[in-house]
Amino acid sequence: MPLPLFYFFALLMLVGGICVVALPNPVSSALSMIGSFVGLAALFIGLNAYFVGTLQVLVYAGAIMVLFLFIIMLLDLKKDSAPKFSPATLGAAVVVPLVLVFQISTVISSREGSDAFAPLNQETLSAAAATLVHKNDDNISADSNIIADLNQGELPDVNIIGQKLFTHYNFPLQMVGFLLLVATVGCICLSKKIATKPVPAGQSAAPSRSSEKTVDKTPRA
Amino acid sequence: MELLLPYLIIIAKIVGLTFALGLPLIAYSVYAERRFSAIIQDRVGPNRVGIPLTLFGGKKDIPLAGLLQPLADGLKFILKEDFTPSHVNKFFFWIAPALTMVPALLTLAVIPFGSEFFGEKLVIANVSVGPLMIFAIASLSVYGITFAGWASNNKYSFFGGVRSCAQMISYEIAMGLSIIPVLMVFGELNLYDIVQYQADHGWLLLPLWGDGQSLERWLLLIPLSIAFFIFTISIFAETNRMPFDLPECETELVGGYHTEYSSMKFALFFLGEYAAMIVGSSLIVTLFLGGWSIGFTLDAHVERIFGDFAGLIHLGVFLVKIIAFILFFIMIRWTVPRFRFDQLMRLGWVVFFEAALINIFLAAIIIGAPHMGTAQTIVASIGLIIFTILMIKVAKGLDKAINKPKSLADHLDDPSPSESL
Repeated sequence: MPLPLFYFFALLMLVGGICVVALPNPVSSALSMIGSFVGLAALFIGLNAYFVGTLQVLVYAGAIMVLFLFIIMLLDLKKDSAPKFSPATLGAAVVVPLVLVFQISTVISSREGSDAFAPLNQETLSAAAATLVHKNDDNISADSNIIADLNQGELPDVNIIGQKLFTHYNFPLQMVGFLLLVATVGCICLSKKIATKPVPAGQSAAPSRSSEKTVDKTPRA
Repeated sequence: MELLLPYLIIIAKIVGLTFALGLPLIAYSVYAERRFSAIIQDRVGPNRVGIPLTLFGGKKDIPLAGLLQPLADGLKFILKEDFTPSHVNKFFFWIAPALTMVPALLTLAVIPFGSEFFGEKLVIANVSVGPLMIFAIASLSVYGITFAGWASNNKYSFFGGVRSCAQMISYEIAMGLSIIPVLMVFGELNLYDIVQYQADHGWLLLPLWGDGQSLERWLLLIPLSIAFFIFTISIFAETNRMPFDLPECETELVGGYHTEYSSMKFALFFLGEYAAMIVGSSLIVTLFLGGWSIGFTLDAHVERIFGDFAGLIHLGVFLVKIIAFILFFIMIRWTVPRFRFDQLMRLGWVVFFEAALINIFLAAIIIGAPHMGTAQTIVASIGLIIFTILMIKVAKGLDKAINKPKSLADHLDDPSPSESL
């Protein structure tokens, strides 16, 4: 990715992130968050991670934020009073980012290999293909799509991610899927209204066919 | 110059394919819609606008069968008063039309318009995640309509916006699931390679040539046809076209999300719908009907005879296919009546969602059967049948649960305002 583009999208992300917190209107905050997500996706694509970048837009900007927005709009938030910060909130706001910075710094410092990332070109990709076939711990055969694409100088990121997920991490993946399903079912159970047993006066439990018909015939205003 | 050349080629592709080809296509699909609807309704339609010679002292205008109507429409939209009501949220009111139009045009970037033209593929961005990219950017277009409805500060507009939001989320799921069998056949997400594959092995829905004439390939036609059906109808819902144009349903919501819009801002919504329609039909053509390929193993001959100009021939073939699909869209709009909102939701969640899931399993078994043993295939087929029965049971149960409180009597007895949208 050319350097000016990187700065543009990084700036978009940062400004979006600040606006999420700073703007008073929740819908504006949601829009800034979408902007921030789009910037993040562009940065992923700049790192040749097309699949991850696309999923960032598809899942976060395109689906999750839509639901957020839906709820914000339906709640019809009035102008609330200035937010109050308790010491506990402020403390958490300091501690959580610090933990994240610590985590990122350990990851960066433990990165193996040299400092410079190898550029993606024909030679490095062919070399990667050769090592993949040689090591053979992902069950990638020499005549697969992945190897063919790598030898042509293209990065088949979708295929590589799929291969890794469904061979190495198959069981954790299924477990995560199952957990999400359980969470969804739990959500529905919690949010569902429990049917009240006593029938309100003046309303039969199940309106009979005849009563329905009489209602249907009444002229509407 | 050597350094600049790649950038110049990209700019030429963007200008050529998006602005010189895409925008006129949008404008003329509006004209096609008006003429075609006129034919269906036994009217004449816009047939007057041509070269206005009388303005320059000529004796008669040249009508040209109304072919210059889009220009007149555009002029009218620009010259009309652009009225911003006082009760709206200005920023969102202004940004909403752009948020509808821009994603639709952005998605044109990954669509392969033709094969190679002097060694350059006729696609702006040949990315390895083509259909996903289109889904991702198209999913952003929901914000335009939603913001328009919310910013208008008007009950009917808001209903339109919320409806559109719910509709697009629901059908995105069916749409995404329905093309999984298609991608399993290709094993590839690059749209250009997908078209090349179809040129060599037969179109997805027409495997008449190449080495695709096996029994397995013909059996695969069953899940692929189901996928085509679900995908096409989901595209109708995603573009808010007629059987599903609930967000702007005149009989219920005045004009829906664009009630408060006028002049060019309204035109952007209007044209955004057509742009989405063009992207949708080109996606259908690319995935199912061979994209730019002529088919019947003629592509290699065309490339040999026309050499570097074969790309233009393929571009023409692609345009013919897209235009045929646009006419199909228009025909559906003027023949099928509008759905009710709960019918729309039920179709998306109860019918298409389950059908797409079952379809994935079916396609997987057919593709996997030659690699599995007989016993495994039989077990998998029994599993599929059980899964299908379970799904239908669940869907029927859902259907009953949804429809139970919908009788009119309940609404009349209930003093609280109805929660349905």
